[in-house]
Amino acid sequence: MTDTEARLKALMLRGLDGDAAAYHVLLSLLNGRLRVYFARRMGDAPGDVEDLVQETLMAVHTRRATYDRAQPFTAWAFAVARYKLIDHWRRRRVRMAVPLDDYVEVLASTDPEPGAAMDLDRLLDTLPARQSALVRDVKIEGLSLAEAGARAGVSEGAAKVALHRALKTLTERMRGRADR
Amino acid sequence: MRTDELIDALAAELRPVRGGAIQRRFAAVAAAGALAALVILLVWLGVRPDLDAAAGGRMFWMKASYTFALALAGFWASERLARPAGSGRKALIFGLAVLALFGGVAVVKALGVSPLERLLMLKGQSWSRCTLNILLLSLPMLGLSLWMLRRLAPTRPTAAGFAAGVFSGGVAATIYGLHCAETAMAFVGVWYTLGVLGCGVIGAAIGRWALRW
Repeated sequence: MTDTEARLKALMLRGLDGDAAAYHVLLSLLNGRLRVYFARRMGDAPGDVEDLVQETLMAVHTRRATYDRAQPFTAWAFAVARYKLIDHWRRRRVRMAVPLDDYVEVLASTDPEPGAAMDLDRLLDTLPARQSALVRDVKIEGLSLAEAGARAGVSEGAAKVALHRALKTLTERMRGRADR
Repeated sequence: MRTDELIDALAAELRPVRGGAIQRRFAAVAAAGALAALVILLVWLGVRPDLDAAAGGRMFWMKASYTFALALAGFWASERLARPAGSGRKALIFGLAVLALFGGVAVVKALGVSPLERLLMLKGQSWSRCTLNILLLSLPMLGLSLWMLRRLAPTRPTAAGFAAGVFSGGVAATIYGLHCAETAMAFVGVWYTLGVLGCGVIGAAIGRWALRW
């Protein structure tokens, strides 16, 4: 237990100093632990575990500056996980859970329903221009991330993260719509 | 997207984070907020005409130290509560100690004078405007600090919002001291404190629903 903490903390400190390899190892180790953590608490909806793991990893990454180097790392990381879990439950109480990605792919299919394409256009228009272009390129035109990234003038990694964010936003908006 | 792909992407966009990053960000918020309050003060209220003379007096600095100490408590609490599972307890104790110390001295002083004088001390020349002026001066910084908190990771949104409010109110009240010529501790202890805590309450009310991430 304390071994784990010492190891994860050392990796995090190196990550904060810019060591991408150590940081990659850290996120991979966290991935496994988060999966167990969420799986134990999500008996009724195992499908959401993946979603929560990803959300937590994103939050750990984007908010890593809030980690205080003098404090235990595991406590910090699992406080983030706990927040995401509570947030998830809070949403579920009022909203039906919707799997990520599905909406866009369903809407994008060249299926008969004419309203769907318009719907998708309208939804995409609510995103920042760069994000909507990415979603169109990757999810509709079928470009690879590297190609879409090149088109938008960003690295593949950046395109991947931006696309993930865009899909999250879209899912949120679709949920919001289903409520009304 | 698969999780291992996400991890690759996140590690690929890694940039170093220096120690003390959160403190520096809130210090920048305070600088920007103080500047905004100062500009509003200069344009809207102006500085007190006797500022040069007053800056040599004890009460001017007493007032400034009090509001600055409240701002410091707010800064400390914001910086702690911006972190997951962060605790603002020590900052709260510090803030309460500042309130008790200043309030205690103000009460002792007020008890030493006649009831009529006490009432005059309390009302001063501007009691009806003081609290509201401080609240208005604090708004730009309150917006900034809540925006900053939202980009960090507060897990207790109401407490974090309150901390941001006291932080902003304390800075605004310090700037307001450049305009306000009141010198009674009773006056400062009531109306300035109300302004700072009022800003905290607004921060808590907004933080409760706005500080989600």
